[in-house]
Amino acid sequence: MNRFAELLNRLGYESGRNNKLRLLEAYFREVGDPDRGYALAALTGALSFKHAKPGLIRDLINDRADPVLFGLSYDYVGDLSETVALMWPKAASPLAHNPPPPTLTEVVTTLRTLGKMELPKQLARWLDELDETGRWALLKLVTGAMRIGISSRLAKTAAAALGNKDPHEVELIWPGLTPPYVELFAWLEGRGDKPVNLDPAPFRPVMLAHAIEDSDFASLDSADYVAEWKWDGIRVQAVAGRDTRGHLQVRLYSRTGEDITRSFPDLTPSLHLPGAIDGELLVVREGRVQSFNVLQQRLNRKVVSPKLAKDFPMHLRAYDLLGDDENDLRELPFAERRERLEAFVKQLDDPRIDLSSTIAFESWDALREARADPASAGAGGDAEAVEGVMLKRRDAPYLPGRPKGQWWKWKRDPHIIDAVLMYAQRGHGKRSSYYSDYTFGVWTTGEDGEQLVPVGKAYFGFTDEELLQIDRFVRRNTTEKFGPVRHVVHEPEQGLVLEVAFEGLQRSTRHKSGIAMRFPRVSRLRWDKPPRDADRLETLEKLLKADTAKDLVTSGDH
Amino acid sequence: MRPQDILTPVPAGLFCKPGNFHIDPVRPVERAVITHGHSDHARAGHGAVLATRETLDIMRLRYGENFARQTQAVGYGEEIRFGDVTIKFHPAGHVLGSAQIAVTAKDTCIVASGDYKDVRDPTCAPFEVVPCDVFITEATFGLPVFRHGDAADEVKKLLASVALFPERAHLVGAYSLGKAQRVIALSREAGYDAPIYLHGAMEKITHYYESRGIPLGELRPARGVKKADLAGTITLAPPTATSDIWTRHFPDPVTAFASGWMRVRARARQRGVELPLVISDHADWDGLTATIEATGAREVWVTHGQEDALVHWCQSKGLAARPLDLVGYGDEEESETVAKAEEEGEEA
Repeated sequence: MNRFAELLNRLGYESGRNNKLRLLEAYFREVGDPDRGYALAALTGALSFKHAKPGLIRDLINDRADPVLFGLSYDYVGDLSETVALMWPKAASPLAHNPPPPTLTEVVTTLRTLGKMELPKQLARWLDELDETGRWALLKLVTGAMRIGISSRLAKTAAAALGNKDPHEVELIWPGLTPPYVELFAWLEGRGDKPVNLDPAPFRPVMLAHAIEDSDFASLDSADYVAEWKWDGIRVQAVAGRDTRGHLQVRLYSRTGEDITRSFPDLTPSLHLPGAIDGELLVVREGRVQSFNVLQQRLNRKVVSPKLAKDFPMHLRAYDLLGDDENDLRELPFAERRERLEAFVKQLDDPRIDLSSTIAFESWDALREARADPASAGAGGDAEAVEGVMLKRRDAPYLPGRPKGQWWKWKRDPHIIDAVLMYAQRGHGKRSSYYSDYTFGVWTTGEDGEQLVPVGKAYFGFTDEELLQIDRFVRRNTTEKFGPVRHVVHEPEQGLVLEVAFEGLQRSTRHKSGIAMRFPRVSRLRWDKPPRDADRLETLEKLLKADTAKDLVTSGDH
Repeated sequence: MRPQDILTPVPAGLFCKPGNFHIDPVRPVERAVITHGHSDHARAGHGAVLATRETLDIMRLRYGENFARQTQAVGYGEEIRFGDVTIKFHPAGHVLGSAQIAVTAKDTCIVASGDYKDVRDPTCAPFEVVPCDVFITEATFGLPVFRHGDAADEVKKLLASVALFPERAHLVGAYSLGKAQRVIALSREAGYDAPIYLHGAMEKITHYYESRGIPLGELRPARGVKKADLAGTITLAPPTATSDIWTRHFPDPVTAFASGWMRVRARARQRGVELPLVISDHADWDGLTATIEATGAREVWVTHGQEDALVHWCQSKGLAARPLDLVGYGDEEESETVAKAEEEGEEA
């Protein structure tokens, strides 16, 4: 366990991809089976432990330390595992036999069979035996919160490097493998045959797009690209395949390969032909795509009741075809895959599955216009669910990852307002211990005259350098502290104006202002602007009314 | 006399009305008593300054000859009288010349400890526990997650990394007053006898330490050295310099940072540190709580840092405690960084 902990720890400090790969590869080379296999499983998210909830870890530390001190420490460190690992008291009575710290395999296999009641005691014993880094890694592992800047892809790439294999080969057989991957390592080290993927409906690693910048267009020829709407839904891969007995197996995967089939029982019967569709999950009511806000109410439900399925009917909007029956289409150029997709969707002939239409355009300027007004450029009543356009090279094969220059996403311009920083709170994860969560407000006329009313919170958008500047500003201009929240000076002549970009507005009863922003982020620091010149609530009200009016008009069309 | 009538927090700093002086004032005042040379405690522009000889020398190095109208050097253990009040300096173990200031009026003694640490440091006089009625403590690392461990072990980590990567340069970010010299001295104790290189902003203070009889071995300026010749070497630099274009003078540098903040992973990552070294000139949680108990103080005033946690701890031990809302020290290491950045600006 301590060796694995050391790996995690070093990976956490290493920012370069190549150095991370070298550390991982060295680990796989140096550590034997089955420890390295469980490590690979941990890094790829293939392990999960039902019982180790954060609440249990809190209970353990609160039994051993002052809960108030723990609360303050957690607020400061911003990471539960790390806080507990640092605070964990030295074992009260050094045991005479001083047991060696557990191995990773021991931890994983014990956790697999351990009863819920025994878990706290076992965890405490391990925490006593491990050093600080070991405790930290153990807690990361058992809570399943291993955010250490390693993608599952990177871990597989490092494993592939053991046998000088293409990581893509590992991806292809991956869904058929289970920890501790003894047969995978045997193959990689030339001691065994290549494992065969027996899954009839496997996940294929997805192809992703780069965000396009204005400067990119100069070097791109519009004739090389097909444009489609970018839908504001959930990217999925819908796969159907026949098992050895000839039964059709259907799976829905998230873009990271997570099996989400069980959440969408109403959609699976529609996938009645073997094939693999890349598309967008959307809620469609009366032929009209609903906004992401509506879709969100359907997501993350453990149980999908018939009522939920009826009120939020799921729909798949298809934009690519990766497999057709037994045929792998990924090597084909996009234009050809598109033709096959059109034929496939026609053959499916199902009201829940349709094609994502392409946008005809002559030039980048014409596409720019379509993007600014999707409703009149073909998206019609679905325009509200459009978050921009996608550009795909006609000749691009389907490549896993984010290959350069093949696919581009071109999002709609966000709304912008100038708001005043009102409160700040320390961030979590990478931003912990810096004041990086900001509540901002705009002016309105209240009972006591002009006052600021909070309209949203932003956690990102700024550069590291800007974060330091805001952090310093917050520390030097705190007027009051409420627990972890700092009240930052916000007077007409004194304070910090943040330019905030956001995607849309919604009515909200949870906010004092009655408004909630979608995806707000700090786009610029306006040191030059006095707070009195920031925007007013009326500006947002007007914007909200305009959006609502548009909703009424478009729904009237149907 | 009530303790709060002896020392009172005012916007300029901690004010002693019966003695008419301020301790570590952040604004220019008539008479300042200064605990140590870090720029958030020792500022220029006061009328008279009382401090240890080393602190006065350090202020002179930083601000020039005319940093105050008048100065008076006070030795550890020396007693000075101001009206009904006496003050006495005791070693704080923080950096060279750092002092705690015991202020006594009638039968009440308050110790303003400035910044302090209760662990060994070969570059300054060891911390002395001063029994008192009221103890004013810093709380820079006033959370139980801060346990610094043994600084010598951290230096071993650095030397192991240097041995492991002989083709790379090691850049160690360290505050230029105190931390840098301590890292050098600990490296020498660990048997590292190769020349150690210094960023320009480190030179004056480091040579001053040597002039006060602290052996630091062979030191060289990093400036003007050929890039290839810096492979396998250690260079000390202000923390801000280890992430700017200055590092391009070094072959594939490993960025280290010696600071108590390195205990928290996110802090190290935010700075792009590859080799975090948990070495601090401030007491850690165990040090703070042990010191408070050792002073026998019945009341504790907590300032700059994580006041809430330490106040809570004191109260849970039955001690009267309150945060002292002093502004201007909230972030010593940060203001130190900013001050350094300004210095570098001048030298660049």
